[in-house]
Amino acid sequence: MATVFQKPKALTSAPLHYCPGCTHGIVHRLVAQAIDELGVEGRAVGVASVGCSVMCYDYFACDMVQAPHGRAQAVATGLKRAKPENVIFTYQGDGDLAAIGTAETVHAATRGENITVIFINNAIYGMTGGQMAPTSLPGQITQTTPYGRDTDTAGYPVKVCELLSTLDGVAFAQRVTVDCVKNVNIARKAIKKAFQNQLDGKGYSIVEVLSTCPTNWGLTPVESLQWLRENMIPYYPLGVYKDVDAGVKKGGAAQ
Amino acid sequence: MKVLMKGNEALGEAAIRAGCRHFFGYPITPQTELAAYMSKRMPKIGGTYLQAESELAAVNMVLGASAAGVRAMTSSSSPGISLKSEGISYMAGSDLPALIINVQRGGPGLGGIQPSQADYWQATKATGHGDFQILVFAPSTVQEMVDLVSGAFDAADRWRMPAMILADGMLGQMMEPVALPEEDKSFQAGLETRGLGAAKPWAASGHQDKREHNVINSLYLTPDKLENLVVERYKRYEQVKAQEQRAEEYLCEDADVIVVAYGASSRVARSAVNKAREKGEKVGLLRPITLWPFPADALRKAAGHAKAFLTVEMSMGQMVDDVKLAIDCKVPVHFFGRTGGIIPTPGEVLERVEKLL
Repeated sequence: MATVFQKPKALTSAPLHYCPGCTHGIVHRLVAQAIDELGVEGRAVGVASVGCSVMCYDYFACDMVQAPHGRAQAVATGLKRAKPENVIFTYQGDGDLAAIGTAETVHAATRGENITVIFINNAIYGMTGGQMAPTSLPGQITQTTPYGRDTDTAGYPVKVCELLSTLDGVAFAQRVTVDCVKNVNIARKAIKKAFQNQLDGKGYSIVEVLSTCPTNWGLTPVESLQWLRENMIPYYPLGVYKDVDAGVKKGGAAQ
Repeated sequence: MKVLMKGNEALGEAAIRAGCRHFFGYPITPQTELAAYMSKRMPKIGGTYLQAESELAAVNMVLGASAAGVRAMTSSSSPGISLKSEGISYMAGSDLPALIINVQRGGPGLGGIQPSQADYWQATKATGHGDFQILVFAPSTVQEMVDLVSGAFDAADRWRMPAMILADGMLGQMMEPVALPEEDKSFQAGLETRGLGAAKPWAASGHQDKREHNVINSLYLTPDKLENLVVERYKRYEQVKAQEQRAEEYLCEDADVIVVAYGASSRVARSAVNKAREKGEKVGLLRPITLWPFPADALRKAAGHAKAFLTVEMSMGQMVDDVKLAIDCKVPVHFFGRTGGIIPTPGEVLERVEKLL
């Protein structure tokens, strides 16, 4: 009997701990699939960050390093500078990448570190129980914005792809989501390209994935996807923000 | 052949000759010349010099490079070491070797930029959160800085833990003649023979489809597992204590009063001891070279015959606690120190010594 679908080799058989309806599982699969397709598992080293995906070191079958909160891209820089022949990626949430690790993110990007960054933006701190994230939307109710995010006191969300696409060191920045088959396919291609860029020595590549957190959003998995479509995508437009190959710079061109 | 070198630069050259090709730093006085030296040398020898965006980033770049299996280092001065404490704790919790150099200045806060030894507690007892220790070496001359760098790298690799050279602004900035180790062409091979450096089966260097994946991690959510790991690590620390203690004993055999001092203040103490001996007074110097493990064995031996100890530090008194603990307060332990960037004079030390005779 022909096998038509199977788990990527670059994922271990450890059961994922993620909540029902969380999109981490889909993105893990896409990352593993890219590693499989490019045949780089043997020289891939992933950097797990602090947040819900902290234990992804148990899920990816390549060598893994767990970084302090926010420092994943500094750790990735050390790994890459030590062994440039290896394929280094980070897997980070919004709190890690866009709050405590903002400096590490901006400077790894502006140095043009030849690494691949997978950025999960679900507009909330998942692991600690649903606090306001740097990417929480204006008016969004979280544990620490019980009256909704008030931009007068809590400021505005950080638009990571827009911010990083202004930096000369960035080779590729694309925002995707995984709410439907069509968008999963777009995300799959973007993630593979972000790895291929590293193999081609093009420099810093980031894929921002708009993701769900049903548990902390207080919604069902289906409602979460709807909330993402109605609230997150309008605020965080999907698209390629920078691609040195295609000459795309800023603007969030439609796909 | 000896060359005249500044302490900070000698540290850098010694690290290169010890096989280090990865330096990650952030500017701060008075370690400045070390980073500048590395920025000059590393590109010429195929190494990495990277000026990070912060101390936090620099130490975590060291963590990444060390995880990949290479010798990596960073250097800073006191306020910067506070920021590096995060990465040092993670490296200790992940059993990663690394070399961290602290060219100490006065504190707390921004403090000053003159020499100090006020980071002794931080280096030996609380370099970061959690139950852990790091190796701490305390050179007192430029030559000893050079000699201790390769030893510190070796010990860090052997015990899989971070090592620190605890220097200060005086040692970093002063120039002395120094004999550098020869550039050893077979250096890497030598490391492998000694079971150090190149052979790191635990490294996250890519499994090449030849082994299970390696995970470098400090997170253990099961209390039993975490306790067991920490207890195992402390058993290793006991071995370190048994094997790595180092101290210099200078004119201690017949001494009634023994001055205990390390680093820059030990140079002052040695002058005071020499002056006392010229006057026929039985005074010696016990100089810890490792601060962790603290040379408790040498202290205990000295406590067998000395009538009193005088600990001299460029701080308000930190190592003095360890001296008392080492000898169980069996003989009186006195303290003299200057702080804020002031170096005590031999005359001041001699005056305190003579009160104890």
